[in-house]
Amino acid sequence: MASRARRTPASVLLFSNGFIILWLIIAAFPFFWILWGSFKVELDFFSIADWTNALTGKNTETTYGRPFTGAGYYGAFVTEDFWRNGLNTLIVCFFVVCTSLTIGTLGGYALSRSGFRYTFWLLIIALIFRAMPPATLVAGYLLPFFEWNLWGILPTTIVVLVAINQPFTLWMLHSFFQSIPKELDESAKVDGCTQFQAFRHVIIPVMWPGVITTGLFSFLLAYNDYVVTTVLLSENNRTMVPQIAAFLGTTYTEGNVMFAVAAVVSATAPLFILVLFFQRQIVSGLTAGAVKG
Amino acid sequence: MKHRTFFWFFLPTGLAMLLFIAAPIVSVVIQSFYTPHEAVLVTVENCGPFGCKEETTIDQEATRELREAEPLGRFAGFSIYLDRGHLAVTEVGQAWQSSQSVGEFFGKLGNLPFYRALAFTLTYTFAVTPTLIVLGLMIALAVNSLHRHLKGLIIFFSLLPMIVPPLLGSLVLFWMLDSRGILGSAIQWLANDPGLSLKASTPLTWIMLIVYGVWSSAPFAFVVFYAGLQTLPSDQIEASQIDGATRWQQVRFVVVPHLMPLVTFVALIQLMDNFKVLEPIVGFNAEAHAQSLSFFILNDLSGETWLLSSASATSVMTLVGVAILLSPVLLRTWRDFKGKQ
Repeated sequence: MASRARRTPASVLLFSNGFIILWLIIAAFPFFWILWGSFKVELDFFSIADWTNALTGKNTETTYGRPFTGAGYYGAFVTEDFWRNGLNTLIVCFFVVCTSLTIGTLGGYALSRSGFRYTFWLLIIALIFRAMPPATLVAGYLLPFFEWNLWGILPTTIVVLVAINQPFTLWMLHSFFQSIPKELDESAKVDGCTQFQAFRHVIIPVMWPGVITTGLFSFLLAYNDYVVTTVLLSENNRTMVPQIAAFLGTTYTEGNVMFAVAAVVSATAPLFILVLFFQRQIVSGLTAGAVKG
Repeated sequence: MKHRTFFWFFLPTGLAMLLFIAAPIVSVVIQSFYTPHEAVLVTVENCGPFGCKEETTIDQEATRELREAEPLGRFAGFSIYLDRGHLAVTEVGQAWQSSQSVGEFFGKLGNLPFYRALAFTLTYTFAVTPTLIVLGLMIALAVNSLHRHLKGLIIFFSLLPMIVPPLLGSLVLFWMLDSRGILGSAIQWLANDPGLSLKASTPLTWIMLIVYGVWSSAPFAFVVFYAGLQTLPSDQIEASQIDGATRWQQVRFVVVPHLMPLVTFVALIQLMDNFKVLEPIVGFNAEAHAQSLSFFILNDLSGETWLLSSASATSVMTLVGVAILLSPVLLRTWRDFKGKQ
């Protein structure tokens, strides 16, 4: 590798490094810009008079005496009660991840250990389900949920998100369990364990890396969902993403764009921290499906 | 594993998918053939001092009773699929007969909402997917030649566009591209046109959405290809170097064939995901210029009254689209499966 690197001509090196720097700017700059801008007033955030105002915060200083202000955050969290939506997101994500992992591990384990032909068809059906846009399903939920008074509350949304999550969870855990040697639970069964006991005492202790990776993706799916939460939650129970979408309608008319900006930053920040700690797991999860084919 | 044991292990997840994915599809298909009852009208004869008049009013009670007795509505067959909001058969026929050229015909087709949504969804899917694959491959190749310590940092920042909720990511870009935002003003300055607004023009809006799509999905392709590059056997590269292959030829004839299975995988996942496109349109506030099939469905459900039949008909046609997209993969998997036996 080193010998090849030494042979790389300067022009190629310059081009590839320049390209990476360009990509880094494209990928990361919007986030730094919005974080910086969220502490300004709207006139600086949308710097129409002079673009340097966005950096120096001239209008912010004339309004508040300082180049930074927490007014957007105050507006979002205190005036608009955005913390409530944050709490709802937390509840939804927690229960979706727990439920989806519990039933997903059982199903994924069974799929990886059963040699019969129907496991193939079940996985194909899961793939088809994975391809279907969630928007096509929501029309089917509304009528029964409304009839049975299930519409608008968090538990319904959690159950629906768990179900929509399952195809992906199954595929991921299936390929993960296949990488755990069959001999492990076979030998436990020879020693007199039932299938469930073998799973409980032999597989569960070694499955955590794969389960954590899958859990991360379940979390992201629940956290990022827009369709299901928008259609199935009532106004009081909204999670963060639909609430921000709802802000757009009201804030553009009231001129409180900074509320929405602060809310966007607040909703993005937890994900930064997540990537910071779990980067390795996320990367391995993304590639796991690909390597298995 | 015995059938019985498998059944109990698989039951919870199977039940969840059956109840909340399979059953809604059935319900959507049924709903798409029904339409709400029309109001029951009664005609009463009012006789006053100036003679008798016939008046037609809505019989509220009878209407409510009828709607409660048959909540699905009345059977409408394929009429919802064929009406103006969907396949618009009559309008298409008229457009075909009155148009002089094919271009004019497609222009008229573009005025019908369903065809407009379909056109945008397909354009988006087939513009974004190849672009992001090429971009992801380029980033992966560039990052692979870097020093080890820098790689982790670059992967961290590269993951961000993909990991944030699509609605938030598109909002961030939208505010930057706003005519008062930092990129929007930069583009105005570059184009030397102070009145230029990306939001106001349909082609520019489409480009903006496609740029967002590539920005948010390229990291996925990058990470997958980067992982694939780690398994590239170095002796193949060396052999090609000895044979005098240039840098470009090495990439073209050694690296790309090695990554081909991964390209297929990324293309499949991204085709499925881009076909679902919805959040960018909400985030970019672009529904006046671009609507996708998913947006079209949600639009029917977000008003005062739910237009369930209309949303269901669009859903069914979207599912048909997904099936067509997926069919080559399914056919190949099936052949592989048959071959193995």
